[in-house]
Amino acid sequence: MEDLIRYVQDTLIEKKELPDFSAGDTITVYYQIREGQKVRTQFFKGVVLQRRGSGATETFTIRKMSGSVGVERIFPLNAPAIEKIEMNREGRVRRARIFYQRELTGKAARIKEKRRG
Amino acid sequence: MPALIGKKIGMTSIFGPDGKNVPCTVVEALPNVVTQVRTQEVDGYQSLQIAGGGERKEKNTPSALKGHFKKAETTPKKLVVEYKDFDNSQYALGNEISIELFEEGEYVDVVGTSKGKGFQGVVKRHGFAGVMQASHGQHNRLRAPGSIGAGSDPSRVFKGIRMAGQMGNKRTKIQNLIIMKVDKDKNLLVISGSIPGPKNGLVIVEK
Repeated sequence: MEDLIRYVQDTLIEKKELPDFSAGDTITVYYQIREGQKVRTQFFKGVVLQRRGSGATETFTIRKMSGSVGVERIFPLNAPAIEKIEMNREGRVRRARIFYQRELTGKAARIKEKRRG
Repeated sequence: MPALIGKKIGMTSIFGPDGKNVPCTVVEALPNVVTQVRTQEVDGYQSLQIAGGGERKEKNTPSALKGHFKKAETTPKKLVVEYKDFDNSQYALGNEISIELFEEGEYVDVVGTSKGKGFQGVVKRHGFAGVMQASHGQHNRLRAPGSIGAGSDPSRVFKGIRMAGQMGNKRTKIQNLIIMKVDKDKNLLVISGSIPGPKNGLVIVEK
């Protein structure tokens, strides 16, 4: 039964080639928006708060500060509107969901960069 | 109206043609069998009887039904339904009706038995608000229905007053759902929205 659900997801939802990002990373999402007949590309740059769900219906939440107001957006990972995702910064965080970021501003909201090598 | 018996598999979501995320239910509808063709001459009315929903164990089938299925040269099935206005001129006894009955983008109704909720009060069953407060002398009647009518005139409770009682486990029809996808290899229908009943429950998809 679960197999049939998975089969439907696999056949009907096109999987995309996206970078492997996780909570704490800063990414830029380029996505299309439709205004009447015109299709335009917009981007949203922010910190990934969480990845949620599994398989073809997975979503992710990203947050940015717009002036002094926090803005969050949830995207389905395989949404057709997403053109590409750019990795800007890999952050080192200790948990998979970093909702504590919402309470932090300024210096306290900084996230350490992941050390490589 | 044409109809097909199927089994609810579960829910997922897919992206529609306009890129929107649409919640969907997957229904597996294995080919149904025509078990009787009723005609004006013989029965006095026109209809088509179909059976489906999976195999039924021989030992759990009443003898009368066993004979009925044998006549159509098929094995016992779980559910038998009959539909008037199902154009029966192109079907004969024992024919199979496949999922090709449906096209993508078509509107359908889905019939099923809703999940049983047991004996429920009026707040859950009918959406009453309850008394909304626990103070001002209220005590243990937060979810009470309130008045059920006037007093000495009419001296009775009118029929149809909404009260507590059995909720769910009842035949339910959801109308105007859209067929998003038809998978002919695996006999799957992907229907927009939710449909009544638990996973593995039998449903009838009506055109």
